[in-house]
Amino acid sequence: MAKIYLDPITRIEGHLSIEIDVQNGKVVDAKSKGDMFRGFEKILQGRNPVDANQITQRICGVCPVSHGVASSKCLDSAFGIKANKNGRLLRNLVLGANFLQSHILHFYHLCALDFVDITAILKYKGSDAGLKAVQAWAREEIALKKGRIDQITAVSPFLPRYEAKDSYIADTDLNVAAIAHYLQALDIRMKAHKMVTVFGGRAPHLIGLVPGGLTQVPTRANIREFKKYLKDVEKFVNDVYIKDVIAVARAYADYFKLGRYENLLSYGVFESDDSGSAFMFEQGMLSGGKLAKLDTSLIREQVRYARYKSASDLHPLKGQTDPDPHKGGAYTWLKAPRYDGKPMEVGPLPRIAISYLSGNKAVKREVDSVLKEFNADISAVFSVLGRHAARAIESKLLCVQLREWLNELEVGGAPRSTYEIPVKGEGEGLVEAPRGALGHWIVIEDKKIANYQCVVPTTWFCGPRDDRGNLGPVEQALIGTPIADPANPVEAARVVRSFDPCIACAVHVVEGDRDITQFRVC
Amino acid sequence: MTLNRRDFLKLMGGTAAVFGFSGVLLQGCKKAITEAAERTPVIWLQAQSCSGCSVSILNAAEPDIATVITEHISLNYHQTLMGGTGDAAIRVLDEAVKKQRKDFVLVVEGSIPTGSEAYCTIGMLNGKHVSAQEWVTELGKNAKAILAFGTCAAYGGIPAAESRKTGLNPTGAKPISEILPNAAIINVPGCPPHPDWMVGTVLHYLLKGMPELDEYNRPKLFFGKTVHEQCEHLADYKRGRFAKHWGEEGCLYLLGCLGMDTGCDIPKRKWLGGVNSCTGCGSGCIGCTEAVFPDYGKRGLYKHLTASLDEINGLEEPQIRAAVLNLRNGGSING
Repeated sequence: MAKIYLDPITRIEGHLSIEIDVQNGKVVDAKSKGDMFRGFEKILQGRNPVDANQITQRICGVCPVSHGVASSKCLDSAFGIKANKNGRLLRNLVLGANFLQSHILHFYHLCALDFVDITAILKYKGSDAGLKAVQAWAREEIALKKGRIDQITAVSPFLPRYEAKDSYIADTDLNVAAIAHYLQALDIRMKAHKMVTVFGGRAPHLIGLVPGGLTQVPTRANIREFKKYLKDVEKFVNDVYIKDVIAVARAYADYFKLGRYENLLSYGVFESDDSGSAFMFEQGMLSGGKLAKLDTSLIREQVRYARYKSASDLHPLKGQTDPDPHKGGAYTWLKAPRYDGKPMEVGPLPRIAISYLSGNKAVKREVDSVLKEFNADISAVFSVLGRHAARAIESKLLCVQLREWLNELEVGGAPRSTYEIPVKGEGEGLVEAPRGALGHWIVIEDKKIANYQCVVPTTWFCGPRDDRGNLGPVEQALIGTPIADPANPVEAARVVRSFDPCIACAVHVVEGDRDITQFRVC
Repeated sequence: MTLNRRDFLKLMGGTAAVFGFSGVLLQGCKKAITEAAERTPVIWLQAQSCSGCSVSILNAAEPDIATVITEHISLNYHQTLMGGTGDAAIRVLDEAVKKQRKDFVLVVEGSIPTGSEAYCTIGMLNGKHVSAQEWVTELGKNAKAILAFGTCAAYGGIPAAESRKTGLNPTGAKPISEILPNAAIINVPGCPPHPDWMVGTVLHYLLKGMPELDEYNRPKLFFGKTVHEQCEHLADYKRGRFAKHWGEEGCLYLLGCLGMDTGCDIPKRKWLGGVNSCTGCGSGCIGCTEAVFPDYGKRGLYKHLTASLDEINGLEEPQIRAAVLNLRNGGSING
């Protein structure tokens, strides 16, 4: 049996490493390790509650909008207010635009290099100026650095890489097209960030999110500007992104069978009316093939294998956790969240699968059209390729919906509801980040933060074994993955990256040293 | 290196005409560009970061990020972008130290935890996880220049903030200047920094040498004037027209805008190639380019000034003081 370390897992957000045991060419055991810790919730204690809106965005630079929206919804609930209609729509618009930014970044800039052979550019014979420039650069790098002290960095940051035999796409045209799309996607994801900035003031780390909505008043001019970028992003999603995901799926069809996981959880996202309970992507829980209503009181966090010295199996709101960097047997800074005792995957796959099985017509239509390409049914979605496809499908649906929300905005109307900070209060904010279910909770005393809690997507899927030894979702999904060359375990990296881990998010937690006893989640 | 003069000026000055350093930078710029034949290696290390600085630099427009990494620098190591994983990635750092390459610029994003090595590790060598502190120390010894990108690496930022309850920071997070006390470090703060500040500082260093720094070791080029001096709402301030609520017209000072205390050119430069700015969207400055971010003593980020008589009495202009007092008596601000 060979023990293999993938440390660091690059091309994700943050510091993650994976340890796998390989026997007869397959993964038989896996450990997922979060390698960085900051302690955000302790830092928040005693501050102005509104500061949480900015500080929690710094948990993650890839999904700050999700943290900002979760935090402002959490403050809304603690302040006893609701976003007005403009506020709700503007939140949907900035969050949706950042989903596009994040999904496109994830597929092209984080994952594509696991499939695409970047060295194919050396064989390019066409006349595209951009590609020829990249080719000239790569040739020059190789020639210049040959035999030199820094030879290893020729064509960096794309090389060096895992060099397993036959692990990358062989077709030169396909590779070259993918490289062109990689470059094009840099521009498109920036346009998605421009959409975020139109209403959010800046990106990443929006300045304009506040309790009750946003600070930016919608005008004809800024709506028109948002539409202009959206048009380009939508064209790319429909003409390029969806097709590239299908092309990768054709080249790597075995990944419909790899990285499988079937316990799924979604908080629901993009409020479709002012009720706060109707969503574009549905809320729910799927386990053992059965769909159920979400009940967040069933969430527990277990720490037997995490570097914390305090009690285990507590609801996150009652947690008392202190770091213990050298705890015996512990191997990660991530806790193991469990829903009704079960590990859960969160993210685009759960959102799409739960929406599909809940009978959401728009989702069903798009999913069926992609599945038809592969003569597959919905069960194909619970896989590495299913995760990539779910992101592309979400992106396509979002482009349509963003335009609807723009049309619903009241031009010149107040972008938010007003508030006053209460002396005492408690609040909850649930939302979905691009990579899955995100919850914020607050307790206010004397107009200050007495306690603040976040339970984030990557903790759900990258968390370790629980107290009973059940593997976390990424750990479990790795089991059975074939590893052709233990020195170049690219297959394992593909499985892990398909989840879109964000470790800065997952390991921000030092929970408060007081109970939030009065607070109940439901 | 094929950066054209127009791009360089634009980068340094937003719109060069507005800033007026065009003349200074023009001198020798053309010559420097032709002489710098090879791309300078950059090793970009992330420690206690959120990757926000990395995401921000992807928004570089002129030159764009693809041009930067194929024409201006050789990005040897960057955890979020690089092709390699595990050993294939960490070998680059290991060789840079072992072979004492000394040819690279070190960029650090994020603060460095000193409370325990386990609070941030990057890669494994000889069966042992290597701490961020160790990498910064070893790479720092070899680097020909060191840049702290973002407020965390420059001053500690949010990961180094204290709990108001215990007065302690959870991980002993430090800026890199405390890990490398004898090194000359250029700080490019901001949470996140504007891509032009990061790309511009690197290019300035490569083409024209060390930029002129202020007392916080920030390039004066970008941080020499306050937000307030360059603000879209400056005329409102001068006329005593203040927004009472977010979303209203007027100067944002009473809503807690920290523009007067913050060196930063965003109101002129704006985010994402002119789309919007912190003050332009009606929210205000939270002072993220300053060493005291996010604490500002006990003040914090958001504070409507009507809460404190002392602060109002500290305002110099009598008509503004009167306007603020008037608002204070008139009810809630920010709400």
